Amino acid sequence: MNLVAKNLTYKPDDQYHLNDVSFNFEKGRLYTILGRTLSGKTTLLKTIAGLLNPDSGNINFEDKNFSKVPVWERNVAMVYQQFINYPHLSVYENISFPLKQRKLNEEDIKKNVDDALKTVGLVGFENRKIQELSGGQQQRVALARSLAKKAKILLLDEPLVNLDYKLREQLREEFKTIFNEGLANETILIYSTTDPQEVMELNGEVIVLDEGKVLQTGPAKDIFENPINLKVAEISNDPPMNIINGLKIDGKITFENINIKLPKHLSQLDNKNYNFGIRSSEIKLDDSGEEFEIELAEISGSETLLHLKRGSTKVIALIEEVMNFKIHEKVKVEFNSDKFYVFAEDGKLISSPYRIKNG
Amino acid sequence: MEKLYKFLKYTFIILWTVFIVAPFLWAISTSFKDFQSVNSKVTYIPWLDFEPTLEGWRVLVKSPARGGVDIVEPYFNSLFVTCTASLISIVLGTLAAYALSRFTFKAGFVRNNDITFFFISQRIMPPIVLSIPFFIFLSTIGLLDSLIGLVVVYIVLLMPIAVWIMVDFFNRVPKELDETALIDGCNPYQAFYKVVLPNSIPGLIVAGMFCIIFGWIDFFFAFILTFTEVQLLPVKVVALNSSITPWWSLSASALISVAPLIIVAFVVERYLSKGNLSGALK
Repeated sequence: MNLVAKNLTYKPDDQYHLNDVSFNFEKGRLYTILGRTLSGKTTLLKTIAGLLNPDSGNINFEDKNFSKVPVWERNVAMVYQQFINYPHLSVYENISFPLKQRKLNEEDIKKNVDDALKTVGLVGFENRKIQELSGGQQQRVALARSLAKKAKILLLDEPLVNLDYKLREQLREEFKTIFNEGLANETILIYSTTDPQEVMELNGEVIVLDEGKVLQTGPAKDIFENPINLKVAEISNDPPMNIINGLKIDGKITFENINIKLPKHLSQLDNKNYNFGIRSSEIKLDDSGEEFEIELAEISGSETLLHLKRGSTKVIALIEEVMNFKIHEKVKVEFNSDKFYVFAEDGKLISSPYRIKNG
Repeated sequence: MEKLYKFLKYTFIILWTVFIVAPFLWAISTSFKDFQSVNSKVTYIPWLDFEPTLEGWRVLVKSPARGGVDIVEPYFNSLFVTCTASLISIVLGTLAAYALSRFTFKAGFVRNNDITFFFISQRIMPPIVLSIPFFIFLSTIGLLDSLIGLVVVYIVLLMPIAVWIMVDFFNRVPKELDETALIDGCNPYQAFYKVVLPNSIPGLIVAGMFCIIFGWIDFFFAFILTFTEVQLLPVKVVALNSSITPWWSLSASALISVAPLIIVAFVVERYLSKGNLSGALK
């Protein structure tokens, strides 16, 4: 009774958009697809919707072969990252459009539309024209249309990416309630995003996608704590996890003439070169720390991102307050070595602060 | 600076308006003159400069037997041919353009862009190149000197314009709009006429306007492909000219010839500024 995909491959040109993607999605759960731009997220969603035919592989839903079912009979709903609505129709007509297509009677349509409008907070906007609405409101209409359908599969393709910062935060909060309360128990919700923070907040099952390939699947917490390789560590952190090439010798880690005392969780590591991973938030300004040169300082919201350089090593530190720095100024920072990840030269995770792996 | 700009702007607008309106005023005034008023001295203002007469207009509706040049029938012929050909061109052209915009065609080395270019290449050729093939074609199927034959030829001439304008228009309608319609339960035909078409009205109006203008003003094919049975307005207007140029009736016929286009322009202008697609995509 699930949505099952087997070995989906789609390669329209010389690049894979989907490369051997398989999954088993259960009803009533939330799945997030995390990947960078052009990683194949939209392709995957369009394949599920039936807008694209994969070159090979198949999709089954409720034990039926989905490949034979045309889009308009699939009972899916999709919200695009662009705010796609029907510009010639009013808000009410937009939301009722799919219901009319399904030839529901007027009463049921009205009830469904009213419910959906209430859920997305657009009561009173029924007769407005789409062009008169703000971007956030337009996206709410698109979401309401997909909710009113009560489709069995709900696809959301980076629904917040074109909104401004504030609105994104607000809608993200609302999404959590909508997903928890507004959805029928049998709906499969698939949400794609480039933003790791969104993934963590929605807290569903995560599929990490890169160049059309599934890199890792698992609960959000798992992906965050134990990214199986460097790629996943990069994709699932914003700013990307810092990777430092360093040498482990007895009791310490050295790179760029910096010696860091070996943290406990790495005590069993062999002496050799590794890629050490550390999140930006685990690098702190500290007068007793090591000297780095500032290459760039970005202020975003209430935080400052410091791009630091020492020799050939570049790291990004996340300072949780707004501070003014001069470029090329020297600052001292401390690494929180308890939060060191260790990746092998080929990128595989060897050890994480949350779990110790041998290898 | 601001004032100078405003001054120059309005000066230019006024000069341009005079430039556009003057010929019309000239034609209106001339159409009410007789031989004497045109040829004796320069005259402008009716009743003051010359005695207005309706003779120039009367000639246009009088039958040839009574010394007139009857343009009523050619006028309605022209209306019929232009409207029918434009309508068919818009319908066929819009369907073709939608297919060219949304689907990928491959035939040997031919791709969508090549097909679009093929359509528009019909208009790149000088019309005289097409005249002989058209003549032979129409005489073969027995439609020479007939309204239907003219409609067929005009469709060939007008459809490329419709295709060209509508391909460009559909390319700017986000594909996601069609996809959303499919997801919302429309089959591809319903997606086209329930969602894409209602949002394409500005494009349809522009295409329709161009078809009507190009159809209405064509002289060449109307001249080549008709003889006695059927005549179109442009040919008839030219036929007014004889040993003495009848400026009065020429002016009158010129005015009623442009009248439909002026009406179309005023009606269409309203829709053009109103409709847009801003709500579909950010």
